[in-house]
Amino acid sequence: MELLVASAIGVLTAGGVYLILRLRAFPVILGLSLLSYAVNIFLVSTGRLAINAPPILNKYADVPYTDPLPQALVLTAIVISFGMTAVLVMFALGAYLEAGDDSIDMKDAEEKDDAA
Amino acid sequence: MTTQSSLLPIIALLPFLGALVPGIMIRAGRTATATFTAVPTVLALVMLGTLAPGVMEGTVYTMSIPWLPQMGLEVAFFLDGLGLMFACMILGVGLLITLYARYYLSGEDPVGQFYTYLLLFQGAMLGIVISDNILLLLIFWELTSLSSFLLIGYWKHLPEGRQGARMALTVTGAGGLAMIGGMLILGNIAGSYNLTDILAAGDAIKASDWYTPAVILILLGAFTKSAQFPFHFWLPHAMAAPTPVSAYLHSATMVKAGVFLMARMWPALSGTELWFYAVATTGLVTMVIAAVIALFKDDLKGLLAFSTVSHLGLLTMLLGFGTEAAAIAAVFHILNHLTFKAALFMTAGIIDHEAHTRDIKRLGGLAKLMPITAVIGTVAALSMAGIPLFNGFLSKEMMLEEASHTYWWENPWIVPALATFGALFSVAYSLRFIFHVFGGPVRDDYPHKPHDPPAGMWLSPAFLCIFVVLIGIAPFLAEDVVNMAATAVAGHETHAHLKIWHGVTPALYMSIAAVAGGAVLLLLHRPLDAAWIKAGPFYAKAVFDAVIAGCVRLSRAISDTLHDGSISRYLAIFTAATVAVGYAAFLRGEIAPATRDLLPIPPVVAVGWVLLVCATAVIVMQHHMRYRALVVLGVIGLMISAGFIYISAPDLALTQISVETVTIMLLLLALHFLPKTTPQENTAGRRALDGVIAVAAGVGVAALSFAFMTRDFSSISDFHLANSYKGGGGTNVVNVILVDFRGYDTYGEIIVLGIAGLVIFALMEALLSGPAGARLRNSGYNFDRSHDRHPLMMVIATRVMMPIALMVGVYIFLRGHNQPGGGFVAGLVFSIALLMQYMASGFGWTSRRQQFEYHAMIGWGVVIAGLTGMGAWLSGTPFLTSAFGYVHLPPIEEFELATAALFDLGVFLCVLGAVMLMLYSLSRMARHAGETVNPEPMDYDPSRPRKMVEKGKA
Repeated sequence: MELLVASAIGVLTAGGVYLILRLRAFPVILGLSLLSYAVNIFLVSTGRLAINAPPILNKYADVPYTDPLPQALVLTAIVISFGMTAVLVMFALGAYLEAGDDSIDMKDAEEKDDAA
Repeated sequence: MTTQSSLLPIIALLPFLGALVPGIMIRAGRTATATFTAVPTVLALVMLGTLAPGVMEGTVYTMSIPWLPQMGLEVAFFLDGLGLMFACMILGVGLLITLYARYYLSGEDPVGQFYTYLLLFQGAMLGIVISDNILLLLIFWELTSLSSFLLIGYWKHLPEGRQGARMALTVTGAGGLAMIGGMLILGNIAGSYNLTDILAAGDAIKASDWYTPAVILILLGAFTKSAQFPFHFWLPHAMAAPTPVSAYLHSATMVKAGVFLMARMWPALSGTELWFYAVATTGLVTMVIAAVIALFKDDLKGLLAFSTVSHLGLLTMLLGFGTEAAAIAAVFHILNHLTFKAALFMTAGIIDHEAHTRDIKRLGGLAKLMPITAVIGTVAALSMAGIPLFNGFLSKEMMLEEASHTYWWENPWIVPALATFGALFSVAYSLRFIFHVFGGPVRDDYPHKPHDPPAGMWLSPAFLCIFVVLIGIAPFLAEDVVNMAATAVAGHETHAHLKIWHGVTPALYMSIAAVAGGAVLLLLHRPLDAAWIKAGPFYAKAVFDAVIAGCVRLSRAISDTLHDGSISRYLAIFTAATVAVGYAAFLRGEIAPATRDLLPIPPVVAVGWVLLVCATAVIVMQHHMRYRALVVLGVIGLMISAGFIYISAPDLALTQISVETVTIMLLLLALHFLPKTTPQENTAGRRALDGVIAVAAGVGVAALSFAFMTRDFSSISDFHLANSYKGGGGTNVVNVILVDFRGYDTYGEIIVLGIAGLVIFALMEALLSGPAGARLRNSGYNFDRSHDRHPLMMVIATRVMMPIALMVGVYIFLRGHNQPGGGFVAGLVFSIALLMQYMASGFGWTSRRQQFEYHAMIGWGVVIAGLTGMGAWLSGTPFLTSAFGYVHLPPIEEFELATAALFDLGVFLCVLGAVMLMLYSLSRMARHAGETVNPEPMDYDPSRPRKMVEKGKA
């Protein structure tokens, strides 16, 4: 099980990194989404994996619980990464509408125009 | 004693508080603004006055409040003789300048700003002279650099003003940096950052190996501030400032800060060979060079500027001598220089103000036109020349006396000769100031016919001239003050006796030679001046500009190479470097053996894993087809939600799946306006390289997380599990952590989310009103739209779903404290319910039917969460401590009421508001692009056949 989770994190990271190295805004946003998934799972997994041990207190029996702290942190991280994605999308949209393409790199020609 | 000491921080704070007032008062006019500027100054002076008798008796008032004790930084003030003298000078002259500037500045200048800057500067200077902690002193030191920058550049429309301000800031700022280093070394040697301790540890400091670097660094700071050669060039350029600023900065304050520092550190640092050769030589060279240049300056303020540099050199030299008599002379001359130089600057300002020129060659004969000004100027200039019966004579005699028996490299005559030479030029330029400006015939070609200004303008310099004469005639009046300050400098009690006649001493001969030579020099001024102009004097500004230009070129070359504008390159380098660093750390470290057994892999999970990996592969392979990639992204999110359930994280699963829904909708909306495909631009080699980096990163992260998961750990979570129900009143530990244990984090996070929503709204606002808006309006985004955009089936289905979805949201919210759920998820579920309506029936129809303002919703969310947190204060507990109780209302079962639920309500509102605001912004874009707003909920409404017919006709 640990192997599956670790490899899933690895695959998501690799995919995310490859996509953020592309030249257009949209694949970069996709890549960041993949990276957010990877980071969130990674953080949850630092609490170690436990099956059938949700951190909901059981008043009637003494049962094991998984570590709740990473979960609380990741919960807000998920929501914040949504906010971040939304802002990035807005940047990408703005850049595309202003500049006419959604390339993320500055072009030499534009730099020269700025300098002049 | 203690109560009196507690006045010190108040005195230091007063100008800063007062600085807020002029900005508010400016509408009441210049006089009101000036009056209110004077209030904190007068108050501070009065407070100093109550302390003065004690200081005169030798009491040293100290006051200390810890600030960052770990760093040795304390808000510590102390007031001794030197500090008191400087504080009175700063405040007293500040007051005179306030009055003078009221008349000097015109109604068109932003006077409020001026007085604010002036008070800021005054506060910073005051802080320097009464700081006990050298770290605190450094803070005030930097503040003087910054506030003088504002003052010098006050006339923003003048390029000279801006350049002069920049130069002053660069030079004094760089010196300040050096001084920070020196002070830290000094503090390390003495083992304390308190001045009182450092001054007491003088012998240890001088014996230390670090003495030399400390002295050099501190002197760099003092020399740049006090405009010593070769850093003197910024001061004349700072003359572009309004004259009140020059008068203040260059007589009593800014440039005296360097001298003050040398005097302050005198007991700890002086008396060594290094000190003598570094300080006395620099001072002597500065004094002579600046005096020579001053004679050939045609600009009145330029002349005074170089004369100031020269006098600062004199003071520096005296402090460098390291003898007690020299220190007394220095303290006395600080006082005298202040009186005549401030008066002279103000006189120059009056002349400039009345005649509209400061060019000496265009002036002359002003004695008849402006007699009052002429008297003031003459008295002050005679004092500057060192003519008997004026105070400048006394301290200059003392300086010459000290110089006359100083050996430089075993050479007995070089110091006295150069000192006399400097004094000679000093006499020459002072006489030139008198004769070439006030003397001579009245001309008829002044740019503006001059006459004496209103009393408000000449009162300040006249007041100073009273001191010039009074001390000049009756020097014993100043004895107490000089002794008080000199005691503080020397470190033990001094008994200076100031008198006019010392008998026939070498100093007297030197003085006579200087006066006679100066007069001759003035007579020869015309041919000398011609020769000077012909020789083409050397301008330090050219060197400074070249150095700055070189620095700019260098940093531009570096940043152009490193930052070529290619973000993908930065990211590649960043990722590769991170992987490499991680790998290096791994190689050098050790890894503990695995302690946890692997969990079994059920088949369902394996299927989910395969789906996730395939989906990722598809996205990477097919990311050029953007819609396809987006749809497949949803698969990953779904698999992760399922995975969270499996690994006992139900809250995360709920959040993930609702965020996933909203994210995909958002991206779909955005993609409507973006190109639908990504062009292939990278070369195959680059793609392969990226692939290698990506795989390396992936393998690294996977290995790291695998190593984590197979080893045991200890966590603070046991506390949370144990106290969740007892202390937080909830059984869902994750939710209790969010709203209680780590409520502050959550509070910050909802604020971030709210800001993200507002940022998107603001960006959209800016975007739509700019060229992008025009582009949108002319685009053909809506040519290919469906004829049935609001299908009947969907409209009906979403309306049925709406109450159910809201019900689910309420349910999730209410159970959150004890079961998976809570404000975050509920907010997302609510927004999905609303979004469905928007999707089905269109924007216009839906927004008319919902009455909430999303901005306000974010605001209310933050306010409710904050107020809930503050409610804890009422019961005397820290921010965000939750309270809960159980209520029994028949016929319902017993239920719980917790303040955490209120906090969660804030979270809920904030999330809902932010998500809705984001989508609202995007849909505004659609309307801008020409999307029509449908007033009806659906395009084809079977209950209104008539409408359809009409539509068909149209």
